[in-house]
Formats: sequence, structure tokens, C-alpha cells
Amino acid sequence: MARADWEVIIGLEVHAQLLTASKIFCGCSTRFGAEPNSQTCPVCLAMPGALPVLNERAVEFAVRAGLATGCTIREHSVFARKNYYYPDLPKGYQISQYDLPLCEKGRLVIDTPQGEKTVGITRIHMEEDAGKNNHDPAGGPSRVDLNRAGVPLVEIVGEPDLRSSEEAAEYLKALRDVVVYLGINDGNLEEGSFRCDANVSVRKVGEAGFRNRVELKNINSFRYVRQAIDYEVGRQIGVWEEGGTVVTETRLFDPQKGVTRAMRSKEEAKDYRYFPEPDLLPLVVSQAWIEKIRGSLPELPRAKAARFCSEYGLSAYDAGVLVAEKAVADWFEAAVTAYGGSAKTVANWVINEILRLVKDSREGGIAASKVTPEKLAGLLRLLDERRINAAGAKAILEDVHGTGAEPADVMKARGLEQVSDTGAITAAVDKVIAANPDQVEKYKGGKKNLLGFFMGQAMKELKGQGDPKAVTDVIKSRLGD
Amino acid sequence: MNPIDLTLAELSARLAAKDVSSAEVTAACLERIRATDALLGAFLFVDETGAMTHAQAADERRAAGRARGPLDGVPLALKDIFCTEGIPTTCGSKILDGFVPPYDSTHVRRLKDAGAVLLGKLNMDEFAMGSSNETSAFGPCRNPWDTSRTPGGSSGGSAAAVAARQCFATLGTDTGGSIRQPAAFSGVTGLKPTYGRCSRYGVIAFASSLDQVGPFGRTAEDCALVLQAIAGKDPMDSTSLDAPVPDWAAGMKGASVKGMRLGVPKEYFVEGLDPEVEKAVREAMRLLEELGATLVPVELPHTEYGISTYYVVAPAECSSNLARFDGVRYGMSKREEGALREMYFRTRAEGFGPEVKRRIMIGTYALSSGYYDAYYLRAQKVRTLIKRDFDEAFQMVDAIVTPTTPGVAFRLGERTEDPLQMYLADVFTLACNLAGLPGMSVPCGFSSNGLPIGLQILGKPLDEASLFRVGGAYQAATDWHTRAPRIG
Repeated sequence: MARADWEVIIGLEVHAQLLTASKIFCGCSTRFGAEPNSQTCPVCLAMPGALPVLNERAVEFAVRAGLATGCTIREHSVFARKNYYYPDLPKGYQISQYDLPLCEKGRLVIDTPQGEKTVGITRIHMEEDAGKNNHDPAGGPSRVDLNRAGVPLVEIVGEPDLRSSEEAAEYLKALRDVVVYLGINDGNLEEGSFRCDANVSVRKVGEAGFRNRVELKNINSFRYVRQAIDYEVGRQIGVWEEGGTVVTETRLFDPQKGVTRAMRSKEEAKDYRYFPEPDLLPLVVSQAWIEKIRGSLPELPRAKAARFCSEYGLSAYDAGVLVAEKAVADWFEAAVTAYGGSAKTVANWVINEILRLVKDSREGGIAASKVTPEKLAGLLRLLDERRINAAGAKAILEDVHGTGAEPADVMKARGLEQVSDTGAITAAVDKVIAANPDQVEKYKGGKKNLLGFFMGQAMKELKGQGDPKAVTDVIKSRLGD
Repeated sequence: MNPIDLTLAELSARLAAKDVSSAEVTAACLERIRATDALLGAFLFVDETGAMTHAQAADERRAAGRARGPLDGVPLALKDIFCTEGIPTTCGSKILDGFVPPYDSTHVRRLKDAGAVLLGKLNMDEFAMGSSNETSAFGPCRNPWDTSRTPGGSSGGSAAAVAARQCFATLGTDTGGSIRQPAAFSGVTGLKPTYGRCSRYGVIAFASSLDQVGPFGRTAEDCALVLQAIAGKDPMDSTSLDAPVPDWAAGMKGASVKGMRLGVPKEYFVEGLDPEVEKAVREAMRLLEELGATLVPVELPHTEYGISTYYVVAPAECSSNLARFDGVRYGMSKREEGALREMYFRTRAEGFGPEVKRRIMIGTYALSSGYYDAYYLRAQKVRTLIKRDFDEAFQMVDAIVTPTTPGVAFRLGERTEDPLQMYLADVFTLACNLAGLPGMSVPCGFSSNGLPIGLQILGKPLDEASLFRVGGAYQAATDWHTRAPRIG
């Protein structure tokens, strides 16, 4: 039986750390990379007697995620305890949400080769992150770092609507773009602030219902998501086709070998003994607050790209490049406003020049560049006024990027201003004509491609700063064309 | 006269008048503890140095005209369930062996701010699970009226210390009767406030939706003075109530029950109630009637489901609350051999006593998948019905009066082999916790063998004032609360 006879069913569960300054239930900092256990207090250490107090900002961020994905926001949601033992979980339970989550029934639109596709979002709920167990590779004692314990998370549970590893990666990218645009998550898969588990199963094309599914963990890059799913799909089809049964289990992706492996088998089925968290009141969010948050939502990447196409006449590709990062999109629009001329021209300069410079200098993105939208606009105006040519403009831009100087000042300092003064150009052209009588004869005799020769000579006279159009015009008129 | 025989209110007046110094009184308390506690076992830790230091500081404040109020310089003590910065806190359990909290509970902080002198930490049933103080890992506390008997539990040390005049008031916690029942058994006054009236921050949790902090004192007025200092919204506890805190002690001056309607629920006068207890309680009710109150029969039809409801909800919550005692971060940790699971198993097997283990198992079972609906969810529904009973009764009355316990203090060891018999000691007190109401126990007589009997007064949510009013008026007309045990 062939691969084409099988349909792949994928649903992703994404954990996104919220970018609040403090933890979800205490005042400790959420900064990444601090000395182990330096960002802890009685609450996140689960000292006896300590109690959680909900961080309102975390709720606001979770509501933003819900609204941006078209979820219904529950005005009355409930925190619940998920009970299990692990050293990185200091209370012996995780405060999460269970049967009454904050956000439900949303969707996310993604691009596929077959066109747009809407992927369902089952729910988005709030919970706290666990700490981190650091194991000694030499076999010494493991150490627990609780700096991360209590960092706020949203878990975004997607419907099993994805039908290929490519769709899964596309969904993950689109979701990451959304949370990053919302300013609630930094989208960093490597540091684990944006994490993904994939539920994967296969069934025969046309078959109703689902077969046993496998949960894949440790897929912390877009590439791994595709690799892990592709491997797992192949494995599952193999199991079924050999007459076996895929076991419902959790498997870990091994990026070195590119395979998935069953995690140490559980002796019994997990029973988290969920019950409503008695230390917290039910979470009540008012309709008025929800609407206020809705009003503050930024334009999301897909909408922005569509607007760039219609409003500025950009190609879908260019629009896609510009909206990939919100800072770039904002920078582009600021430059369009400052410039007032063709947005397409601005887009070309941003995509071809600015992004290259920013990437090369690796200094915290476009917002940190010394080239401001106003400076790019100034440069483009110098071009429009034909005071500089394209080569000069690029040279000026490099300088501005390095020093933050005004483009016009760089132009003057480096003598890059074009000569458009007809008198000076005529004098230079006349000098060239006088010095090259033979070429003049040939040109007049019909060898019009000598125009380039005269052009080169005249530009040399003008030290390369002649306005090419003006120089051409003068040559032609002096040679009787 | 020995200053330890004063009530807190009297002491407060003497301190204000500089008739006596805090250092003298504190020294007298410490002397009393030395003299009696080897027998009673009320204290698990006595902070002699800290207490004397704070007493002297209080005297200096007063000399400088900067006294802080009625508790300034008053020696108090705390159930060992309150986290105290720098002072060992065991919760009556071996599993917290060596644990010294890095922070003060909200109550400890507020009492310190009020200038109180904290003498030490009091004995209790392990993790507040028990009705006799016998589940304490450090041995039982004894009843000052008869040292072969229990002072009640779980706040046994808190009740005994006040009864034995070791200090002027104490704090305890009440999850199903753990303040009112030992108050009744030990012949002192004890109050469990409305759920949320006091913070739970820094109180080692037993059952989060039931636990509430409250005072023990010799009189209702003394309880009012202490409650005043610790009540009120705490930003560290989301379940603490943001309600105004009235001046209870001022409100009960010359209190009268004239015109009050007091409910008498027939469900609390049933078979199993000790006839001597019933007689004393009926007599107290008759006296309240004489003082101007009207007794009104009320019905609390779901009372009989209280115990089973309580013994699902409380163990369920405790099974989760006690998960943090895993040997990783503090207290006992058995990590010498084996891997992670062995550390968990051995730490918890050796650290917890049998009653705590029993409740963790009951609670774990009740929350398990497949049983949740039948137990925990059902219990929460019954809880709503019990609360509704009270809501309806309080349509007709201002407060409800009942016996605090079905019997008087029993002998140590008498019920330890029979958990169900032990659980019955709380049969009249736990509905109040399930409904989140305030309740108080005041001494209302003695049995023929000289053991104290308690009258329970239950109030509407946030209406502690009515309890103080009834308790104050009753104590103005009786002298049960002034009697002292002869120890030894």
C-alpha cells in the first residue's frame, strides 16, 4: 500500500511564555538567564503557607491571544490544580485551567499550496511554567533551578486540522507571528519561550474517525517539527501496514538521529486529579475590559500584508518580507509617510538595502539601526532631485548606517553631489569633443554607439559627479542629434 | 496578684497605666510556662530571648509615649502552623524537621506591628489533622483541667496555653472545629471568623477552602482585641475579603442581647449528646432568654451530611496541599539511597504520621479520575445545600446557638484507634466551616467531673459583631470563663 492511501492528522499544542515583567502568581522577575534560583520567593518556591495572587497583566496578555485568534473569551473562567510529582514542580501541582478555560473556539488562517486554510483553535488557557532540572552528564546529583517556575504561559491547543508536516510548520509560524505581533511572546523556540508538542495519527483516505495518536515532544525548531512529523508518519504507516497497532503514547524526537523514541513507559495511566484551585477566586473578566483590550490589538501580519498590497501596490512577496517582522513593517510605513513618494521605491530600498545592512551589522534589528525612516526619505528625495545617482545613494546609505549622519551632509562631505549645472557640463563636453575629432567624425558618420565613449570621457572630466541624463542631453545636442 | 491572672483587656489597661511592665508580665508568663509545660506540653518552642527583647522594646516605646495600642507589650503565642521568620515551624510534623521559615505569616507580621510579644509556638495535631492533639509528632498536649485528657484539637496547645494562664491569648486555626472544639474542651473562648476575614498567607495549608485563622482568649473581649489586629484584606491572599473591619471590642462594651433572635437547631440536640452538656447548654440558652433574647427553633436539615461532606472536601484539598512536602527544598529529606522515587517514598513514608497519610489517601481517592463526580463534586453540591440551610435560618434569626461538642474532653488514647469516633468530636463544628460562617465557643459550665462545656454561637457571614455581642453579654452575666484549672 502506498503513502498516498494514508491521510495524516496533526494537531499542535503550543506553550507560549508571556512577556510579563513578573511571574504569574508572585512578584519575581521573569528575566531569562539569571543565576539559578536567584529569582524566587516563598510563593514560587512553594514554601509552606505561601499563596498565589494572579498577575493581571498575564490575564490581559492571554485575552489578547484569544481575541487575536477569534476565540470566545469566557467572562468566568476557573483555575485548577494539575497534580503530579516532579522536582521542577515545587508545589506538587501546576496551577492551570481545566474545564473552564479563558479562551475557546478560535481559528488561525494559514497559507498552503492549495490556498488559504482555516485551522481551528480548541482553547487557550493560562498556566504557570515549571522550573528546570539540570542533570549532571557525569552522573552527579541533579540540580533544580526554579527561576522559571511560575513564569506565565498560555497553552494554545489546536484542532487536529493539519494534514501535513508542511501545514504544521506553517501553522506554527503563523501562530508565532501572531503572538510576537501582539507583544505577548518573543517567539524564541530555541530558548523554549515558544514550545510545541504535536499530536500525530494517520488513517486511510476516506476513513471516518481517528486512529490512535502519538504525542511528539522535543520539537523545538520549525525544521524539527517537519522532520519529527515526517518520521513519525512513516513509522505509523509502517506499523499499520504490517498489521500492527500504533500505541497511544508520548514519543521524544531525537534531532541527532532524526527519529522518534518512546519515552520511558508509564507504569500507569496519568491521573492528574484536577480540581478547582481553592487558593484563587474564579477569574472574572468584564466585557468592558475585553472590549478595551480588543481596541488595543495591533493589526496582525496577514491583514497587514493584504493592506500593503492594496494600499501601496506591493507584490505579495514584498509585502510578506516587510510584515515578517512588525518592527520592519512599522519602519517601512514610517518611511513611506516621511518620504511621501512611491511606496514601491521605499519597499525596494528597505528590502534590498536596509535589511541587508541591518542583518550584516547584527545589532538588534531595524529599530536599532542608525538609519531612520526620515533619513531614508531624505536620501530618496536627493535621488528624486537628481542631486545624487543610485551608486552615490548606496554609498551614502552605508555611511548613514554606520554613523547616523544626515544623507545630505554625507553627500557633501564625500563630494557625491551630481553636477547638473548645464554650463559646467557643456564645458566638459566641449573639451571632450575638441580632444577627440576622430570619434566625432565617426559618430556623425553613424556610429551612434560611441555615445558611451563620450559619456565616459565627459563623466571623467566631471569627476563622476555629472548627472547622467543631463550629460547625455548635452552630448547629443553638441553632436547635432 | 500575679499578672498572669489578668485578662488581656485588663493587662492592656495596666500596661497603659504603667502599673506593670511588659518585661515583668513576659517574665511571669515564661516562669509559668517553665512551671507547667513539662506536664502540659502546650509549647513546641519557647523563644525566651526574643520574647524578653520584644517586651523591653515595648516598654521603651511606652516610656517614650509611642505605645502602639492594646496589644503593645502583651505576651501571646501561636499555633505552630504559622510561619515565623527565623523560628522553627513544624506544623506538628516530623516532615518539617529543621524547617525555619524565611518569612512571617501575615498574622505574625500584624501582631508584631501591633507590638505583641510572641512567646513561642504551640502544640497541635499534625498538619491540623486531628481532634485531640494526639496526632502531633511531638507528643500530645494535655488538658489543664485534667491532664489525663485531651485539650481538644487540632489547636490543642493554643487552647491549653490560655487555660493554663501561660499567656494572654493565642492564635489557632479552624478547618472543621479546630478552634471551637478545643476552646470548649479547655474552658476558654475561641473564635473562628468568617472565611476570608483573616488572611491565610503564611499559614501552612490543610484544606484551603475551609481553613481560617482565629484567636483564643479568656473572654470574648480578649478575642475581639486580637482579631482586630489580624483581620482584614491581605494582598497576599486572593481569598481574603475586602470588607471593613469594625471596632469589635468597642462595639461590645455594655453589650446586650435584648431584642436579638437566637436560633436553636433541633438537629444539634440529638442522640449522642452528653446529657450534662445538653443541660449546661440549655441553661445557657435560658439565661440568654432571660437577658432579653428570643429563642427561635430553626431547621438545618442537611446537618447530618456535614461529616461525610467534610471528610471528602478536606482530605481532597489536603492531598494536594501536602504534595509540596517532597524532600526537595526543605524539611526532612531521605535522599541517601536510590533515585527520585525512593526519595519521595521514603521522605513521605517517614515524615508523615498515620492520620495524615490516611487523609492523603482518602483525598487522593476522592479526586481520582472516575471518582471525582461521585465524591468531590457531590460533596461540593452538598456543601451548597448546607450553606443554604444556614442562609434560610438566618432569614429568621440573628445568630444560632448550639453545643460546641457532643461531649466533654475525652481521655488521651481513648479514641486513637477509632478514627470515626474521633471525627464525631467535630460533628457540631464543621458545618460552620463548610458554610464559611463565623463561629465562637464560650465556656458555659462544667460536667460533674469538673470538665468544661462550651456553648457555640454561629453568625451570618462577616457578622462576628453579633457573636461578640452574645458572648460579651453572656460573660457579663456568668463567671464560667473566670475559673482557672488547678494544674498538677
